[in-house]
Amino acid sequence: MLLGFPLLSLAIWVPILAGILVLATGSDRNAGAARVIALAGAVLGFAVTLPLYTRFDSLAGGFQFMEFAPWIGSFNVNYYLGIDGISLLLILLNSFITVLVVIAGWGVIKERVAQYLSAFLFLSGFMNGAFSALDALLFYVFFEATLIPMFLIIGVWGGPNRVYAAVKFFLYTLAGSLLTLVALIYLYNVSGGSFSLLDYYRLPLSFPAQILIFIAFFLAFAVKVPMWPVHTWLPDAHVEAPTGGSVVLAAMMLKLGAYGFIRLSLPIVPDASYYLAGFVIALSLIAVVYIGLVSLVQADMKKLIAYSSISHMGFVTLGIFIFNVNGMEGAIIQMISHGFISGALFLCVGVLYDRVHSRMIADYGGVVNTMPVFAALFMLFAMANVGLPGTSGFVGELLVILGAVKASFWYAAVAATTLVFGAAYTLWMYKRVVFGAVANHHVAALSDLGFREFLVLGLLAVAVLAMGVWPNPFAEVLHVSVSDLLSHVSQSKLP
Amino acid sequence: MQYITPLAPAYPELFLLAMACVILLTDLFVSDDNRIITYALAQLALAGSLVITYLTASAEPQLTFNGMFVDDLMSDVLKLLLYVGVMTVLVYSRDYLTARGMFRGEFFVLVLFATLGMMVMISANHLLTLYLGLELLTLSLYSMVALQRDSAVATEAAMKYFVLGSLASGMLLYGMSMLYGATGTLEITQLAETILDRGAKDVVLVFALVFIVAGLGFKLGAVPFHMWVPDVYHGAPTAVTLFIGSVPKLAAFAFIMRLLVQGLGAEQLVEEWQPMLIVLAVLSLAIGNVTAIAQTNLKRMLAYSTIGHMGFLLLGILSGDLVGYSAAMFYVVIYVLMNLGAFGMILLLSRGGFEAENLEDFKGLNARSPWYAFMMLLLMFSMAGVPPTVGFYAKLLVLQAVINAGYVWLAVIAVLFSLIGAFYYLRLVKLMYFDAPRDTAPIAPRSDVRVLMSANGLAMLVFGVLPDPLMTLFIYSIQASL
Repeated sequence: MLLGFPLLSLAIWVPILAGILVLATGSDRNAGAARVIALAGAVLGFAVTLPLYTRFDSLAGGFQFMEFAPWIGSFNVNYYLGIDGISLLLILLNSFITVLVVIAGWGVIKERVAQYLSAFLFLSGFMNGAFSALDALLFYVFFEATLIPMFLIIGVWGGPNRVYAAVKFFLYTLAGSLLTLVALIYLYNVSGGSFSLLDYYRLPLSFPAQILIFIAFFLAFAVKVPMWPVHTWLPDAHVEAPTGGSVVLAAMMLKLGAYGFIRLSLPIVPDASYYLAGFVIALSLIAVVYIGLVSLVQADMKKLIAYSSISHMGFVTLGIFIFNVNGMEGAIIQMISHGFISGALFLCVGVLYDRVHSRMIADYGGVVNTMPVFAALFMLFAMANVGLPGTSGFVGELLVILGAVKASFWYAAVAATTLVFGAAYTLWMYKRVVFGAVANHHVAALSDLGFREFLVLGLLAVAVLAMGVWPNPFAEVLHVSVSDLLSHVSQSKLP
Repeated sequence: MQYITPLAPAYPELFLLAMACVILLTDLFVSDDNRIITYALAQLALAGSLVITYLTASAEPQLTFNGMFVDDLMSDVLKLLLYVGVMTVLVYSRDYLTARGMFRGEFFVLVLFATLGMMVMISANHLLTLYLGLELLTLSLYSMVALQRDSAVATEAAMKYFVLGSLASGMLLYGMSMLYGATGTLEITQLAETILDRGAKDVVLVFALVFIVAGLGFKLGAVPFHMWVPDVYHGAPTAVTLFIGSVPKLAAFAFIMRLLVQGLGAEQLVEEWQPMLIVLAVLSLAIGNVTAIAQTNLKRMLAYSTIGHMGFLLLGILSGDLVGYSAAMFYVVIYVLMNLGAFGMILLLSRGGFEAENLEDFKGLNARSPWYAFMMLLLMFSMAGVPPTVGFYAKLLVLQAVINAGYVWLAVIAVLFSLIGAFYYLRLVKLMYFDAPRDTAPIAPRSDVRVLMSANGLAMLVFGVLPDPLMTLFIYSIQASL
């Protein structure tokens, strides 16, 4: 299906072009216009991704909606796009979250509005590009390009310690990915001059080469996920980023790392992936348990949710590296669900922060008395974060634990502790913030959700519930892609 | 033996020489108020050379002056880029020079002679021609650095540059004389043939090589021969730094290509100079990038970053094949573009009595002028090598060449140091975007500067999205010239 309407290109370039338009509105005098254009661009960007879902053939293997055009001829780099079920869901999620972020920043951001909104639109386009690239260099370019807007989002609109957080974020992730570049060039030379991922999938590689390539990839993606012990940039970045930045960071950018494992590490170096799976699983379990405990003692709500993200992403990497259908599908569903839930939780904190200008749990108490609607929605997301049946959080965790039981009982036993720790830190925070008597005059003066806030949180609540009650529309596009991937990975590529 | 020499290959040089002399004379009769005439004539001279070079360009190498001078595709491409670079330098520096009383005939004549020297270097096919071009270039540069007579810093920089530069020239000459002693010829193509015929390794040749590489290292500013670079970049008037820091690297690239690759490219000699270049490259990457972090003066920072970039350039050359040479050529051209933009931005922010040369002076540029802040952001990310800017492809090509040549560990070292490099480029972005402005003077450059600076910044993005035409051109021109 090389011909046809270039839907994937639209998904990438509509947000980017909208971003350029928004930038063109210039100074803050035209902030209103910038907001309207940004919203229109984000909605249009989401709209063009919907046909991807409706026209997606969930029974067909391989990649769909492929587009191919030569790009850098002298280097055999091509503009080569295509998606399977895994990338499809991530693209949809990304475009959806972008709409929410634009709405969420509507009245909150008052300085350099055009630059703020365009940064998110660029980011959205770049991420769709990374999720749909089938050319390794194209993937790398999009993957790296996301750093620039995020660096600016954290640094320009962030909190007091934003400079440290922004630079740390940038250098950490750049450090990880530079070695990936070396690995990709190595693959280019070994494969006789191709950057196509599909060629790499077929390329036999010796065991030592596979190990080295795996390590190079691992550094990039583990930093991005982030896995313990290279996670330390994430709490800093989250705490300092503006609400929208935190949402996109947690909901989308972390997924780039997990997606990299699925798209690059496993299929290109399957033998090394099997060989080192134990190591990755160990790190994932440490993330699940240790970071879960770390979350428990956080006094800052954003930091708590940031650590909870790391712990949940540990589930994702665990699911990927136990190499069975349940685990892999669970990991992907967990990625999507975590996108909704963590995004929603950061938005909830943002709602409180916009009113009181504090993220400290101790500054709140009894919020339910003044903001009942908010308290109800917050409750839903907190429960989803815990993994309550009926919410999206349950489906992914259950599948991963099921998969883990098949791999080893002990993996599952350790991973399942998250249900306890998750409940403990989330609900304890919720209790201290929302329940009890009104703690101080700030809380007493709180007003409940405005229309825009309600709209954003409401949409996310619908998504969380829908996915929890009826996950089939999400899962059915995955089955073939996941079983293809696993059967590919189970074949040795040793020469 | 040809008695009537067809001069066609050297027409651009002859034209520029004539024009430089005309300008030298005309300027005597131009009053200070009408100095714009000299400026226009200088631009005209460059534009004329550009047209002539373009019209006489051919894929077939053409020799003249008894084989001392060659006009091949590589030289044509490099010269065209050279003219464009020099014209840009003149546009960027006009206001700066006017405000400091340096908008005089001497500057333009020196620029044109330096350009002529670079053209001769680019087209040299004989060690003497090569040396002649080099001296014409460096002598002009020495005096340009000292152009601001009452500035102690500039004078010191000029002295330092002169002494170390002469030392380097001496080394080069010594190396060349040994080459002559070993082979009995100074013509580069014959040199290569003689060495090839000889086959075996020769102690005198290796000795000559050491001196030549050391001399080249000086001229490039590669560690450990880099001491002059920061002082000269810092001490010279910024308009002169803009010149020194950009286009001469094109000539230096040609110099390396002619001497090391075309002249001393025999396999047994490549084995000798490859390890030397590895040492220079790794040291340059390390010292350049690490030291740049500690700088508070932007000109010094860019000087150290240049040292780091030269390390990358050497990596491309030492790969020792077509891929590597075209990667190095791509790198050097992109480097020139980036440095023109970065130094141009310092000139743009400077005004009479104020030099925007400290990092602090860029604070809050985004609040003062979002457009120029964005241009500088593109330039800085390009220097750091972050996609989708063109600097990424420059690094990518070099890394590919290095890995292709079997030096994966060198590529790993190179990316690690470019990570360190990313830090100080980021710091400038941080100052421009995250901090509040300290200086609120309006930024209102002339319209030609405005257009050119925008083109310069956007080129980072345009070539970053569509790098293919440039790459193809360079690969083709190197292929046609070797």
